[in-house]
Amino acid sequence: MPVRMEQVTHTYMQGGPFEATAIFNVNLEIHDGEFVGLIGHTGSGKSTLVQHMNGLLKPTQGTVIINDIKIEKGSKDLKTVRQQVGLVFQYPEHQLFEETVEKDIAFGPRNLGLSQEEINDRVKEALQLVGLPFDEVKDRSPFELSGGQRRRVAIAGVLAMKPGILILDEPTAGLDPRGRDEIFREIQVLHRKKEFTIVLVSHSMEDVARLADRIIVMNKGQVALTGTPREVFAQADKLRQMGLDVPQITNLMLALRDKGLDVPVDIYTVEQAKDVLRKVLEGKRHA
Amino acid sequence: MLKDITVGQYYPSDSPIHRLDPRTKLVITFLFIITIFFVRYYSGYIFVLAFMALTVALSRIPIRYILKGLRPLIFIILLTFFINVFFTPGETLLFSFWFLRVTEEGLRQGLFMGLRLIFLVTGTSLLTLTTSPIALTDGIELLLKPLRLIRFPSHELAMMMTIALRFIPTLLEETDKIMKAQMARGADFESGNLIQRAKSLVPLLVPLFISAFRRADELAMAMEARCYRGGDNRTRMKVLTMGRIDFAAYVVTAALIASVLLNTYL
Amino acid sequence: MEPIIQVKNVYYNYANQEGEHAAALNGVSLTLYKGEFVAIIGHNGSGKSTLAKHFNALLQPVSGDVFVKGMNTREDDQVWNIRQTAGMVFQNPDNQMVATIVEEDVAFGPENLALPPDEIRRRVDQALLSVNMVEYAQSAPHFLSGGQKQRIAIAGVIAMRPEIIILDEPTAMLDPSGRKEVMDTIRYLNEQEGITIVHITHFMEEAILADRVIVMEEGKIVLDGPPREVFSHVSMLKQIGLDVPQIVELAHGLNEEGWSIPGNPMNIEEMVNILCR
Repeated sequence: MPVRMEQVTHTYMQGGPFEATAIFNVNLEIHDGEFVGLIGHTGSGKSTLVQHMNGLLKPTQGTVIINDIKIEKGSKDLKTVRQQVGLVFQYPEHQLFEETVEKDIAFGPRNLGLSQEEINDRVKEALQLVGLPFDEVKDRSPFELSGGQRRRVAIAGVLAMKPGILILDEPTAGLDPRGRDEIFREIQVLHRKKEFTIVLVSHSMEDVARLADRIIVMNKGQVALTGTPREVFAQADKLRQMGLDVPQITNLMLALRDKGLDVPVDIYTVEQAKDVLRKVLEGKRHA
Repeated sequence: MLKDITVGQYYPSDSPIHRLDPRTKLVITFLFIITIFFVRYYSGYIFVLAFMALTVALSRIPIRYILKGLRPLIFIILLTFFINVFFTPGETLLFSFWFLRVTEEGLRQGLFMGLRLIFLVTGTSLLTLTTSPIALTDGIELLLKPLRLIRFPSHELAMMMTIALRFIPTLLEETDKIMKAQMARGADFESGNLIQRAKSLVPLLVPLFISAFRRADELAMAMEARCYRGGDNRTRMKVLTMGRIDFAAYVVTAALIASVLLNTYL
Repeated sequence: MEPIIQVKNVYYNYANQEGEHAAALNGVSLTLYKGEFVAIIGHNGSGKSTLAKHFNALLQPVSGDVFVKGMNTREDDQVWNIRQTAGMVFQNPDNQMVATIVEEDVAFGPENLALPPDEIRRRVDQALLSVNMVEYAQSAPHFLSGGQKQRIAIAGVIAMRPEIIILDEPTAMLDPSGRKEVMDTIRYLNEQEGITIVHITHFMEEAILADRVIVMEEGKIVLDGPPREVFSHVSMLKQIGLDVPQIVELAHGLNEEGWSIPGNPMNIEEMVNILCR
């Protein structure tokens, strides 16, 4: 079990005048090789939650277990955990600092104290994983690349740590549709071919629905819903109460059902909708 | 979280001291500092103490809150005290151990200097406690305005202060974020010797500077788009005006200065 | 209709790292009319931001002319009039606020116009009302959400009483609720206060709300028309790497299979009406 959380609570500035509990009594499990979508509106505790998954934050109460390493209040030396769980923050290109792409990606492996040979191999492999040609970009400054390329270099910097679990916080924020599709394609490759366990934090229901095997919905610092996309989007009312929306296609089905048509309401992609509507139109043709 | 740190420690309230024109408060604080250096006898501090007590009472800020501001300076106050105690030449030996001699004169001098420092710190902190940063910069800009004649950039200085105050929380938040992102890549900001630690800051400082420059660039464009073209020909929404209350404050300050000078020179 | 911005055969290029000139605008001609709500879409590097910066003289064309209410952006003595007429809101909500208190920030523009203090006060109060942020007048910017900060940026522009507001990807960095706040504000200003809106965006759901959609690609305008018409070019939009709203894609797909979904539906309501007829 790569990630397990038992009754995890986190309170910022405990005892101070700005005390705030960001997550409260969270229990969850993420299985090997899973692709989990994590959704919730701003302030729902998503960011705090994912920072517990790689030891950047420690619970003020409860236990986090990452690949058999226990993290509790007061746990020390969490470097191993950070190596095993890669966390890609929002706008990760803002963390780039080296003169060349190669050096920047090597930062993580170097911190792990690896041999130069091993570092070189990892840099090459990481660049390949994000679909950038090693020979062309390795000596370039990260700052002269395009926005989308810079973001991929930053993701490669995390991949070079060779984590088994990859957490991505809004990896497509600010990108145009083409840049977004490229990043998602690469994430899918990482998941399917390289067998990464992936946690994708996102605001977009459409994206999460398309990619994830399972969705976890956070609300007010707690896990409010969890299940397959079908199961979660079938609870449109609940999602709306939490200030979240369901994919447009699901909304269309709900509206059709209101009009008395017998359509399923647990679908969320254009392809699924085509299948359903073909039958509806067929029926009308015969009538 | 880092962004909750309030700069200048402004204590919002609607007291008469808060309502004073920031220019008045700046001028009085300046005069107050000079006056303290004119105090020569302990009795002179009675007037200073009375002035402070009146101001604090009128400002409606809890004394505890003001004293809290002294805490980071305790070391300096104690240092000043002990240096004066041990190194003031004097006749009346109170006691001695090893090579240190404590004389009555030394003790007097030490206490006197310690008190001077305490008055200086609390007096100036009252300025920032009762004046919002924005009022303070406005006050400074207007006070320095006559210096424009000798081409002193008073408006630019005030604008820089405002922008700095505006961006401190933003950059603190950003520092926190970059630090975490680098820690996720195995960076270690906490261990090692001084040189290693300084080196470990590079992955933090470079992105921070790049971001600050990008922000500056975008802000400059946004300001230009909003028709900013320097301080000439610019008006302000809030115009500072001095009233009766400012007049009263000057009178009280004049009384303090007069009493201290009389105490010292008569 | 009264033209408000006229772009006549404009070329513009940036110098890149190697000193070569990369074309950003490649002969753009365009007329925007008073009271329109125009959305400009296109992927990064298509020239849409560059075009927008020509609308208020932040950039000047290498060749060709841009006129804002008849004023040529090349004429230096008109620059401040143009910027007052065409206000601009940028992408990053943090990097366009100057002051440490919301109302002081909204006052920044009018102060630059050298208006009398009581007039500035009046405009600031009105602007905060228009964006529904009155209760935050005394707040510090860093305690506001992204959507709220963008509304303050919009208020800062409104306080200058512009006739046009250009928004350069104002929603790109916001969460869904922030995006909705900003879009509601923009529509209110367009419908109730008659302000011409130029909205640059990657989000097609936002483009649908406009009266007119302009699609840019490689520094040129490739499509220009009402959203229903523009979004009927599904395969072309996909080819240049843009999204189409899911409903549009669904209707298009069914039509291609030979089913009849007439009228290019764009939203759920229209689709439901067609299917339940």
